[in-house]
Amino acid sequence: MASLKALKLRIGSVKSTQKITKAMKMVAAAKLRRAQEAAEAGRPYASRVEQVVASLASKVQVTEGSSPLLAGTGSDQVHLFVVATSDKGLAGAFNSNIARLARRRALELQEQGKTVKFLTIGRKGRAVLARQFRDGFVHAVEPGDLGKLTFADAKGYADDLIRRFEAGEFDVAHLFYATFKTVLTQEPTEQQLIPVKVPTPAVATSQPSADAVVEYEPSEEAILDSLLPTNIAVQIYRAIRENAASEQGSKMTAMDNATRNAGDLINRLTIEYNRTRQAAITTELVEIISGAEAL
Amino acid sequence: MLHFELVTPEKLVRSESVYMVTVPGTEGDFGVLEGHAPFMSTIRDGDLLVQRSEKGEAERIAIRGGFAEVTPKGLTILAEQAG
Repeated sequence: MASLKALKLRIGSVKSTQKITKAMKMVAAAKLRRAQEAAEAGRPYASRVEQVVASLASKVQVTEGSSPLLAGTGSDQVHLFVVATSDKGLAGAFNSNIARLARRRALELQEQGKTVKFLTIGRKGRAVLARQFRDGFVHAVEPGDLGKLTFADAKGYADDLIRRFEAGEFDVAHLFYATFKTVLTQEPTEQQLIPVKVPTPAVATSQPSADAVVEYEPSEEAILDSLLPTNIAVQIYRAIRENAASEQGSKMTAMDNATRNAGDLINRLTIEYNRTRQAAITTELVEIISGAEAL
Repeated sequence: MLHFELVTPEKLVRSESVYMVTVPGTEGDFGVLEGHAPFMSTIRDGDLLVQRSEKGEAERIAIRGGFAEVTPKGLTILAEQAG
């Protein structure tokens, strides 16, 4: 049995750990609310852009002259995975869930003989994937605090991506991130970025605004061409926002668990401490009594 | 009155009823009043002029990049940056 002093020290150290995890949980809860509000505030823009792209893309004929962002390069040999995670850990399985999905998809594609390249946004995703796919890395961004990223940052990533696409570095781009469902569940998600997924006509025509009477200036094609890069930025921005909320939700849950575990540990240690103390007292009493009897 | 919405990726900036909005379109400025025909245009960087009433002063809002959409419901400006 450990000595009284050792137990006391141990309890003290677990208590201070608990204080830290409790504080981290509270910080995560506050940040989560802000991240959730931000994610909701960005929704009208994202959904509107998506609608317009969908209704335009379904009207415009895909021809030789169409933007490759819409039509693709005609090949699907080289895939680029844009894996968005966070820079910081201590958020439960948040980062590893996203990385695991990306890894599984990458192995599937490699089995089909395709080349898979990686571009990571966030240090944690890079750390996990670099072990297995060292050769495939084209670029890694470390964005810092996800909650502080603006649309301009997302646009920067999108511009970089489009430059690489135009330079012929890849044919298809996929985006990986975690969709925020609830505080307890965040779902790793894959989404095709380039070429743009055109929804089935049934979805596009169900929108009342997609009537033939709408006039376009300059032209449908020109609007679509200017909208496609924006759309990619919007998708990346949304992924980052979702990630920001997911990260905080996951962190909150993880820190809540840690706090509870620390509480259990403290209880167990306290019982052990009290028992040890009582045992020492009993031993002393027995010594005194038997000493007195011997006289 | 014309229902006017100004949306950026970060948030919904404006949602209100106004008299007229003048939008800097790529092929020239255009004014939108209530009952405008359905129309869509890209916009150039410039100032949006929002007039709350027929006689009132116009308010200027600087916007960058994006497009304007006029539907029977009103005018929606999707700008990359506003204000």
